[in-house]
Amino acid sequence: MGYMVDTAFIVKFTPLYIEAMGLVLELCFFGVLFSLIIGLFCAIVRYYRIPVLRSAAGVYIELSRNTPLVIQLFFLYFGLPRVGITFDSFTCAVTGLSFLGGSYMAEAFRGGLEAIGRGQIESGLSIGLSRSQLVRYVALPQALAVAAPALGANVIFLLKETSVVSIVALADLMSLAKDLIGLYYKTNEALLMLVAGYLILLLPLSGLFRFAERRLRYAGFGN
Amino acid sequence: MRDLGIRVLIEGVNLQRLLLGLAVTARIAFIAVAFSMVLGVPFGILMTRRNAALRFLCRFYLEAMRIIPVLVWLFIFYFGLARNFHINLSAAAAAVLVFTLWGTAEMGDIVRGAVTSLHRHQYESAHALGLSEVQLYLYVIIPQAARRLVPGAINLTTRMIKTTSLVVLIGIVEMLKVGQQIIESNFLKSPTAAFWVYGLIFFLYFILCMPVSRLSKRLERRWQS
Repeated sequence: MGYMVDTAFIVKFTPLYIEAMGLVLELCFFGVLFSLIIGLFCAIVRYYRIPVLRSAAGVYIELSRNTPLVIQLFFLYFGLPRVGITFDSFTCAVTGLSFLGGSYMAEAFRGGLEAIGRGQIESGLSIGLSRSQLVRYVALPQALAVAAPALGANVIFLLKETSVVSIVALADLMSLAKDLIGLYYKTNEALLMLVAGYLILLLPLSGLFRFAERRLRYAGFGN
Repeated sequence: MRDLGIRVLIEGVNLQRLLLGLAVTARIAFIAVAFSMVLGVPFGILMTRRNAALRFLCRFYLEAMRIIPVLVWLFIFYFGLARNFHINLSAAAAAVLVFTLWGTAEMGDIVRGAVTSLHRHQYESAHALGLSEVQLYLYVIIPQAARRLVPGAINLTTRMIKTTSLVVLIGIVEMLKVGQQIIESNFLKSPTAAFWVYGLIFFLYFILCMPVSRLSKRLERRWQS
């Protein structure tokens, strides 16, 4: 019967799905790492209104937020090699994810920084903190607590966005499912494992962030 | 000789073909956005109801749409429906269906946020005046909530336009596919065509989404007070 699920098939291909999940996690890890660095840099540059860098960050954020990852990846993977800049698939996917995620992280950090009261900054200045000390000891710790929920949401967003990397020839969950459908016509099994794979990755992460968010509420600082 | 790949863009009907490709995704996005906006309002209002079972169902639907990537939903509807129920949707129909289901969930959450942000006394006063439930929503709640949900709804529109770029993965011939065709047919003549074509596509998406997201941000700031 067509409606039954072939468990032997599922058992046979589970190792491949686990491998693909590993790739997705790896991509997400590096994408998030570089996004955080880019985002923090852009947010600080804009917060302190550093002349040239500030407008460069503004242009970057607009470009990144208003274009889809698919298009960014096509340009990076197929467009740039034509003018002499080549990437391998993995680097390309991480670059695309970081380019996309950086602006989302920047906006999250900005929200955090803007939530800090003027009194905090003025008190810091009045006790003689330098600008960098002010960022490190006063602004950032508080901004992070405020920005945490948005940062967590961005991590989940980036993990979901990795679902398009098959277009740069990476064997992720999507491409595996598509191959299994095409090769064996086991549509149900392949789709079932695809959904299970993403749920196994995403549900714990989303639970963890929800838990962390509740804990962080206690760290609300007065202005 | 120095190769001018950018020439490919203006040669023959290439530019028109790319723009027609853009129209394919824009049409899918437009239809899905229109359905989502209309269906999202009742869905959002349902989410604010007190009935626990109803609330759980709505919540479950929203979370399911959110936690699973849209591309996975596209696969489920495009491949899964045909396999199990012999419903052979065209790729475009599957795309419209999935984007509408997803958009309705997201729009519903925006509506829920706007409706619950209204004060309790708005409901209580309306009830005291003897308005029926339908009149309450029609004359009191929706007009006030509308203003609070417009920026979110516009923002959702840009997200949906961006997400429709996924349809190339279920085989719809849209701008990227047309771009590929142009690049391949000019491969020997101008090897750098890929750079210019994909660059232009990138730029086209940008000028399509940027004004909309600007508008959303401006409205949000203006209506904050």
